[in-house]
Amino acid sequence: MTASGTVKKSVSIAIAGSGGAGAITAGAILLEAAGKSGWYGMMNRSVGPQIRGGEAAALLRLANHPVECMSEEYDLLIAIDWKNANRFAAEMPLKADGLIVSDPSAGEVPEAVGASGAAVAEIALKELAKAIPGGRENMIAAGLAAGFIGLSIDHLIEVMTTKLSPKGDAAVAAGRICLEAGMAQAARHPKGFEIGAADLKNQGRWLITGNEAVGLGAVRGGVRFAAAYPITPATEILEWLAPSLAKIGGALVQAEDELSSINMAIGASFGGRAAITATSGPGLSLMMESLGLAAASEVPVVVVDVMRCGPSTGIATKSEQSDLNIAVYGFHGDAPHVVVAPLTVADCLYTTQWAVHLAEAMQVPAIVLSDQSLGQARVLMKRPVNLSFLANRKTYDGKIDAAYNRYALTADGISPMAIPGTAGGQYTADGLTHCERGTPSTRRSDQREQMDKRHDKVANFDYGVHWGEITGTGETVILTWGSITGPAREAIRALKKDGIEVKLVAMRLISPFPKEALLASLEGARRILVVEQSHSGQFYRYLRSNCDLPGEIRRFHRPGPHLIGAAEIGNRIRDWQNP
Amino acid sequence: MNAPLPSPFKARDYRSDVAPVWCPGCGDFHVLMSITRALAALGRPPEEIAVISGIGCSSRIPAYTNCYGFHGVHGRSLALATGLKVARQDLTVLAISGDGDGYSIGGNHFLHACRRNVDMTYIVMDNRVYGMTKGQPSPTTEPDWDSALSPGGTGLGPFHPLVIALASGANFVAREFSGDLKGSTRTILEAIRHPGFSFVEILSPCVTYRPDEKDWKNTVHPAVVEETDDPARAARRIMTDDGMNTGILYRGRRAPYVAHVSDTRVDIAALERDFEI
Repeated sequence: MTASGTVKKSVSIAIAGSGGAGAITAGAILLEAAGKSGWYGMMNRSVGPQIRGGEAAALLRLANHPVECMSEEYDLLIAIDWKNANRFAAEMPLKADGLIVSDPSAGEVPEAVGASGAAVAEIALKELAKAIPGGRENMIAAGLAAGFIGLSIDHLIEVMTTKLSPKGDAAVAAGRICLEAGMAQAARHPKGFEIGAADLKNQGRWLITGNEAVGLGAVRGGVRFAAAYPITPATEILEWLAPSLAKIGGALVQAEDELSSINMAIGASFGGRAAITATSGPGLSLMMESLGLAAASEVPVVVVDVMRCGPSTGIATKSEQSDLNIAVYGFHGDAPHVVVAPLTVADCLYTTQWAVHLAEAMQVPAIVLSDQSLGQARVLMKRPVNLSFLANRKTYDGKIDAAYNRYALTADGISPMAIPGTAGGQYTADGLTHCERGTPSTRRSDQREQMDKRHDKVANFDYGVHWGEITGTGETVILTWGSITGPAREAIRALKKDGIEVKLVAMRLISPFPKEALLASLEGARRILVVEQSHSGQFYRYLRSNCDLPGEIRRFHRPGPHLIGAAEIGNRIRDWQNP
Repeated sequence: MNAPLPSPFKARDYRSDVAPVWCPGCGDFHVLMSITRALAALGRPPEEIAVISGIGCSSRIPAYTNCYGFHGVHGRSLALATGLKVARQDLTVLAISGDGDGYSIGGNHFLHACRRNVDMTYIVMDNRVYGMTKGQPSPTTEPDWDSALSPGGTGLGPFHPLVIALASGANFVAREFSGDLKGSTRTILEAIRHPGFSFVEILSPCVTYRPDEKDWKNTVHPAVVEETDDPARAARRIMTDDGMNTGILYRGRRAPYVAHVSDTRVDIAALERDFEI
């Protein structure tokens, strides 16, 4: 629903340049100003591996309604320069009725870009910036974009002032003149783009990235310790947690490697503090042995894997959903644990907070499978509600007369955990097979009983309605997980406009496999399209290994870096309906 | 200086009833005795002590104590101990390892634990062999020590743990011999009491795979020099001694690690306000 009940509209803008040209700053200012004007939006960045001199583009989608995915085609491309155009051109295809802003001093519009048929507006960004003392092309570009979409200059200047004030008054003054100059240039051009009426009823919105939302979800859930080893695209989680934990009385330690960071988190959790670490595929691979230790010794811990293109180093800055297999199957031995996946940027908060709650309640490792397309995207969202998911570990208070058994067999498989400092609760947490007391054992009954206990506590836990999200109705179903949810939701909305009813089932709980709930959601389904961003179809194979899906099944999957978009998903459904 | 009050605890208060898996005559029995005696002298109740280890013969020790223990994965005792101590500064934390666990698979953590200087004690029982896997050369094994895995020897010079510890920033460096219960007990107690990262290497013979080490009792000798707080002097001594010098060789003055603490203390709602536009 939009504020005025009008049609949902959005405009997609790309601001491109080489690394260091300031395209990302320009995009960030536009996004926040749009939020202040009552719009919604999302920004992702396309950056190359070089810190400076590589390609850098701010990709924006601004709308009169909350958006959960980027657009597949762009209305407006503003090129600060064309130095790396060939590398990013494929990522930001233009609409035929779109507009390219090109600086004549930067050379011809590259063929790959011009082929779209979009009109070209030649605007001398560099010359305009040069004429302003301290002027920069990126601020001219921001002013241009604002002018083309009718964004208020007041909000633009307000946001720019906040962003540039650390650089001094001169920078702010120059920024202001640049923004105005850009807007004036746009006004001279006949073309413009409509976002639609702003949503002024739902003010007080948030501007947040998926990685920040993960951090906030963690502390909301009760996390007070984090161990960190930097890795793209997860580092921002740790960089948000470092000052935030310090402010709320927690701690973050930078570790020497991921083998250390996971063990630091396990050590802190053994000490009674809810603990987290964040990484990406290569780091998760290093952590697997210790995650098995957490499963066997029943120490809760949360690991967030912000997935990127794999295998090996892959493409560190681009998204993929190909760590599902390692998250589910990467443990040696049988090690019951939890795997969950946020569905959208906003859902990063919800899912991480839930993961903390699950890990703590069941005393298990929980892996959160976010990805680059969620983690590094910045969105304007409505203020999220408070959730009831809290770290609530069942602990031993030392007041029982009988000898304490750390791994006592209980009805739900969850045993009270003694926290160091509790007299009478001393035990040794162990990765060795152990008896109820915790003492190492090679007895077959101990191995069997403890395996059963660890299996049962995870298998019999009540995951409630949180296992997934169902949108729409119909006998045709799109079945997906994680970050594909945004584009899939947009696809079913577009299909509905054409009179095609499609139901979306998006799984948040991956492991343990929510078989009953999933099959209930698929009841009556005649066609199921399984969609995922992986080369081998890991999700499809996982589904098939766990249940028999009803009806006819098709699948749509491919590796990154080219994100699966709403129109592509929609086209798969249309083709199926009208062969 | 006032004499400390006598401890209300005995060494046996720190021992569990679990029987060690060690071979008869193993030096590790003595190390267990020295640790429990040092803890009794320290006088903190067992529930306020955490004993953290990795994998190997020596790493079986936590279950033999009556403290909180964690027997983790191979090589990672220092990481577990670091997370625990930073999260729970009120506890006394001991990380315990062997030469394979601590210097080979866990080598990187050793360097960085010394650098980080978290207030804990790291005891490595060095027998110069992998015992639990039945006799392979470790980083401290002599280059010509023959074994099935490395016939004729590895040809590699041994690792010098004390030199590495000192160079990496450890705040307390000592060597003891397991058979010297009195010396080991005293040094472990001093190590625990000393702020920052304290490293105690204990020569602990493996009578099964290294019977030659039974002779260590004849070759170890107390260091003839006083301890120093000058790392350069300590380094020169350690690098030129015969590797059998026992006692406290270096006692530094670096302030222990503290996690970054913010001057402002806020609630989560305040963190959330940063996201409002």
